Amino acid sequence: MRLGLLHSRVRPEERMIFEAARNLGVDVVPIHVDSLVLDVSSTDRHEAFRGVDVALDRCLSHSRGSALLRVLETWGIPCCNSWSVRELCGDKLATNLALAAAGVPVPHARIGFGEEGGLAAIEDLGYPAVIKPLVGSWGRLLARVNDRDAAEAIVEHKVGLGSTSHGVVFAQEHVEKGGRDLRVFVIGGEAVCAIERKSEHWVTNTARGASVAVHCVGSELANLCTSAARAVGGGAVAIDVFESARGLLVNEVNATMEFRNSVAPTGVDIPGLLVQHALEVGRAARNVALVAGGAL
Amino acid sequence: MTTETKTLKAACPECDAEIVAAETPFVHEILPCPECGLELEVVVADPLQLLPAPEVEEDWGE
Repeated sequence: MRLGLLHSRVRPEERMIFEAARNLGVDVVPIHVDSLVLDVSSTDRHEAFRGVDVALDRCLSHSRGSALLRVLETWGIPCCNSWSVRELCGDKLATNLALAAAGVPVPHARIGFGEEGGLAAIEDLGYPAVIKPLVGSWGRLLARVNDRDAAEAIVEHKVGLGSTSHGVVFAQEHVEKGGRDLRVFVIGGEAVCAIERKSEHWVTNTARGASVAVHCVGSELANLCTSAARAVGGGAVAIDVFESARGLLVNEVNATMEFRNSVAPTGVDIPGLLVQHALEVGRAARNVALVAGGAL
Repeated sequence: MTTETKTLKAACPECDAEIVAAETPFVHEILPCPECGLELEVVVADPLQLLPAPEVEEDWGE
C-alpha cells in the first residue's frame, strides 16, 4: 500500500512520520502541496497521486489542505484525516457546534457579527472572555479581554484591520485552568496518550513556550476525548482539554496534530501510530471498493 | 526526500553563520540558524542550499 505524505514545510513531525513509515516498511511518497497544479475540470488524477492508496494530510495551511483533500476524495483517494474532519477541526465555530451537538462539554461561547454584534456577544458572555479567530492555531491572535474597554478595542481592530472572516467574532469564556491544560492524542478511536502543558501565561500552548509533561489518561478523560473525536468524524486528532471547576471541557480539536514534544515524555510512538492508522484508512476504503465492485 | 547519512553545510543567508545539517535534510525541511534564529528552508538538499522560510500565514497551524 502506497502512502502519500502531503506536506508543505517539513517540520520535525513530517520527518518523524517519514522515518516511521520507512521503519514499518511502508511505501511512502512525499508530496509537496505548494508545488501542485491540479486540473479540477477532469477526473484524472494528477501524476503525483497515481498509485497512491491513501493520503496523510500534514498541510500547514488550513485552506490549502482543505481544498486539496476535497480534490483527492473526489478522485477516490482516501485521506487521513478526511476533508470533513479537517473542515470541522479547522474552524473553531464548526468544532464548537459539532461538539455541542454531540453533548461534549465545551467552554461557554458566543458569536456575534461586526463591531456591535461582536461586542454584544462578549458582553453576553461576561468578563474575562477570550476572543479567538475562527481559523488559526499556535495560540496566535488570541485576546483575553477583562473589560468593555479592551473588548471595544479588540473588536474594532479585528473588524477594521483583519480579513473579512474576523467580522465573525468568536468569544469564549476564560476558563480558570490552574496554569495547565491537557492534550490527548486520539488515533483511530483510542486515546493513546496525553500530555500536560503548563505555563505561567494564560495561553498554555507549546508554541508559546509552555512546558510539557506526561499525563496519565484515566477513563473519564479517555471517554470524553473519544467522544470528542467521534463528534468531529473520528480519525487522528489531538484534543485540548481544560480542567475547570465544572469538570472537563473540550477546548479545541486539532486535525493535523503536532507531537514533536510529546513522543519523548509519553514514550508513545505517535508518528508510527499515525502511519498505521492511515494504512487502516486506506485498507478500509479498498475493502469498501472491492465490496462495491462485487469482488468480496 | 532522501535519507542517506551525510554531513552538509551552508551559510545562513541572513547572518552568514555556518549551518550544519546533522543528517541529510529533506527538501522543504526547516532548519533554524543557530546564530540569528532565522528559520531557513532547504531548497536543495545536496549541495545544501537554504533560503529564508516563508512567513507564517494566518491559517497555518494544527
